[in-house]
Amino acid sequence: MRVDKGSGMGVWIVVSVLVAATLFGVWRRRSDGRMHDVSRADLPPVPTPTTATDVTGPGHSEVVSEPRVTHDPPEADASDVTSGLAASPPGHAGASADVSATPVPDGLHLTADDLGAALGSRATLVQFSSAFCQPCRATRIVLRDIDESLDGVNHVEIDAESHLDLVHRFHVMRTPTVMVLDPSGKVRKRASGLARKPEVLLALGEVFGELETEKEAG
Amino acid sequence: MTSENTVAGGTRPRSASGKPLVDPRGPRFGAGITSVVLAVVLLVAPSGAANVLLALQWLAFGAGAAFGLAYSPYGVIFRRLVRPRLGPPSHWEEEAPPRFAQAVGFGFATVGLIGFLVGWAALGYVAVAMALAAAFLNAAFDYCLGCETYLLLARMRRR
Repeated sequence: MRVDKGSGMGVWIVVSVLVAATLFGVWRRRSDGRMHDVSRADLPPVPTPTTATDVTGPGHSEVVSEPRVTHDPPEADASDVTSGLAASPPGHAGASADVSATPVPDGLHLTADDLGAALGSRATLVQFSSAFCQPCRATRIVLRDIDESLDGVNHVEIDAESHLDLVHRFHVMRTPTVMVLDPSGKVRKRASGLARKPEVLLALGEVFGELETEKEAG
Repeated sequence: MTSENTVAGGTRPRSASGKPLVDPRGPRFGAGITSVVLAVVLLVAPSGAANVLLALQWLAFGAGAAFGLAYSPYGVIFRRLVRPRLGPPSHWEEEAPPRFAQAVGFGFATVGLIGFLVGWAALGYVAVAMALAAAFLNAAFDYCLGCETYLLLARMRRR
């Protein structure tokens, strides 16, 4: 009798778990590796007076990034201090004095100091990885291949666990997370989950296209 | 020597950086068996049979986490019975992620076992249901839910 009662409950649990897991799995399979613009969900949940939700084109993002500058430094510096990482750029001290010369840490830009590696002259592919990450290896192979086949594109892999300051600053919740930076270090596109080569190439094409139009305009 | 493969004098394959690699079909096969076992646990719980089955799965998780996936009972079954019929794998994957997932599964199985043994059936159901979700995602979608918890835990450590 007791078993019968239990069985009825167990059936419902098993069915709902399998249905929920299937929906989740299908959703993840569709969304993993899809490059998207930086949106509010990609920024740390810190109250910021200016939002970055409408960063749909290159023109808007310039406007968005600058006002954040005055609000972010104390917070970002504090996290650098607590984590005790060497990644802290030497420019921090003078950041408030000269905003335009030294990029202030925010959730939209990465510097060579942040990365511990040089930015690509045309674009940088930043990959956040972790020790226990199944798709990180395959993602590394895809991005390295692009790095080797395209001039001016650098692939930089960051161990998330030892760079928690960056993980918080860019609101990285999963590994791998891939970000496409333009030559100035601004994050143009990002994706999480196993990288898809066509998606990365498409994002790079957009960044390259902007470079071309900038050259023509300037 | 685990005969995970037989290249280069029976040593296990390693990545360029020296990390041990596994045939990815092995952990996935194990996740399939784990899913069936955990589903049966939920179907017959609460009962002595469910507790025994869950305890066996708990041991399997523990062996996989402590000694490596090749030494978990499902790894042995895969290597002896399944893999000879499949041929060589198309690629290799690092062992660390699925092994970490075994440890996460071990944790959930421990909580579930305590729940059912102490009489907190609700706790047992919830813990085993979560382990089933992770095992099923691994088997059906090759998606490592346990691995995702690693970064989330690391994030919580600071701040």
